[in-house]
Amino acid sequence: MKKKYSIFNIVKNAFSNNQNWKKMWRNPEPRKFYDIIIVGGGGHGLGTAYYLAKEHGLKNIAVIEKGWLGGGNTGRNTTIIRSNYLWDESAHLYEHSLKLWENLSSELNYNVMFSQRGVLNLAHNEHDVKEIKRRVSANKLNGIDSEWTNPKEIKKLVPIMNTENCRYPVLGASYQPRAGTARHDAVAWGYAMRADELGVDVIQNCEVKKIKTKNNRVQGIETTKGIIRAKRVGVVASGHTSVLAETAGIRLPLQSKPLQALVSEPIKPVINTVVMSNAVHAYVSQSDKGELVIGAGTDGYNSFTQRGGYNIVEDTLRAIIELYPIFGKMKMLRQWGGIVDICPDASPIISKCEVEGLYFNCGWGTGGFKATPGSANVFAHTIAKDKPHIINAPFSLERFVSGRLVDEHGAAAVAH
Amino acid sequence: MFTINCPYCGERDQSEFSNGGEAHVARPKDPSQVSDREWSEYVFIRTNPKGIYYERWVHTHGCKKWFNAVRNTSTDEILKVYKMGETPPPLKEFKNTIKTPSGEPDVGSGNFSVKKP
Repeated sequence: MKKKYSIFNIVKNAFSNNQNWKKMWRNPEPRKFYDIIIVGGGGHGLGTAYYLAKEHGLKNIAVIEKGWLGGGNTGRNTTIIRSNYLWDESAHLYEHSLKLWENLSSELNYNVMFSQRGVLNLAHNEHDVKEIKRRVSANKLNGIDSEWTNPKEIKKLVPIMNTENCRYPVLGASYQPRAGTARHDAVAWGYAMRADELGVDVIQNCEVKKIKTKNNRVQGIETTKGIIRAKRVGVVASGHTSVLAETAGIRLPLQSKPLQALVSEPIKPVINTVVMSNAVHAYVSQSDKGELVIGAGTDGYNSFTQRGGYNIVEDTLRAIIELYPIFGKMKMLRQWGGIVDICPDASPIISKCEVEGLYFNCGWGTGGFKATPGSANVFAHTIAKDKPHIINAPFSLERFVSGRLVDEHGAAAVAH
Repeated sequence: MFTINCPYCGERDQSEFSNGGEAHVARPKDPSQVSDREWSEYVFIRTNPKGIYYERWVHTHGCKKWFNAVRNTSTDEILKVYKMGETPPPLKEFKNTIKTPSGEPDVGSGNFSVKKP
């Protein structure tokens, strides 16, 4: 690693009024041919390019992004990281990711502000209690630090929570202390910088129009900057993956919907953990700036407009105010939407497909951010070796034919 | 958020309706004769276009009747509403405003329908 960020560097650059910091990555024009092209310059795509270069020693790689780096769902999520998923397949994937998160800042020498502040998943009725206790046990069997907490302990962790005098009282929660949040832009920037250093061409403002195939083999891509040939193409385009797949004649089991989030005005620290509730659909954490980061739900229809309906926001805020009456008079600063691609079983697809040399990493739906390093890591393995890593083998496209789905509908996340 | 012109009740807020996914998906005539792959196509795979989309809606908080609609998913504009059983309007009846497959402007990301004057 060449560009080290250190205290000495900060002092040195302070003397020149911070005018001489080097650009974090080059801005190259696309070449005519690459061995591997990754479509999508979000965290997953940039991470994939980084691991391809770093762990598999591959050269001649490009990342093609239609807008700016991390301007899609990487910069639109609520930054929650956890691995307390019910099924073994998911638990292994997200735990692989969490382990990479724990070392990511030092691996990239770039502060991704990973903060292990813990996550609470609340239970509001008898069924929730049973379901969550079952998940806690499943997590423990998979070596994940998950524990059942009672309302008294929850009140200690989050004193502002109204656990009793509400329509859906809090009966308990699962707690994962190693879970937390991270700075989402920094993840994209850190991966981009290190991938660039390893020779990856990160090309922005270049939209892919078509994936070109011939005799069931990928030939390259057609972009707004011309045709680029490639031996292998990995598509990590989140909500737009199925649109791109269609250009190669592949139909994916994905539906794209807007998912919204919002942040409040900044306030003093009031909540130092992440609290999620499946039953009333509300999740909240507080950013280091002091804003409350609140996640809302998806709209009930397919759409590519990055906004979403206000009734969805209203539903979430209603639940938030019930759980935290103290937030009743707060003002919301911003609200936005991102287009998420949802699979029928709410689990991702990290897979080869019937076209040789074409790979998909998609279907992350409403919870892809937490998986960024793990997903990128196993996707890089899948592309480099042309066969899935043991961790992502269950997440193949084939599972929709065999019927071996990984059903994570509301089992661990908030239901969307 | 948008309004939908229910063919039975007239124009109402979208939140009164529930979406039923893609319209005109035919169930295989004899499920025992189709391969696993064909069955998987029928069960799990739906089109997901950025642009003109034929879909079903039900007026949940109203007349509770089902009907079809044609909507541009990149702008949420409802282009046509028609009753169940009616012949779907041909695709060429609608002008597709999408410039590139994903419907984005040549440079930059974002939602062009919002930027429209």
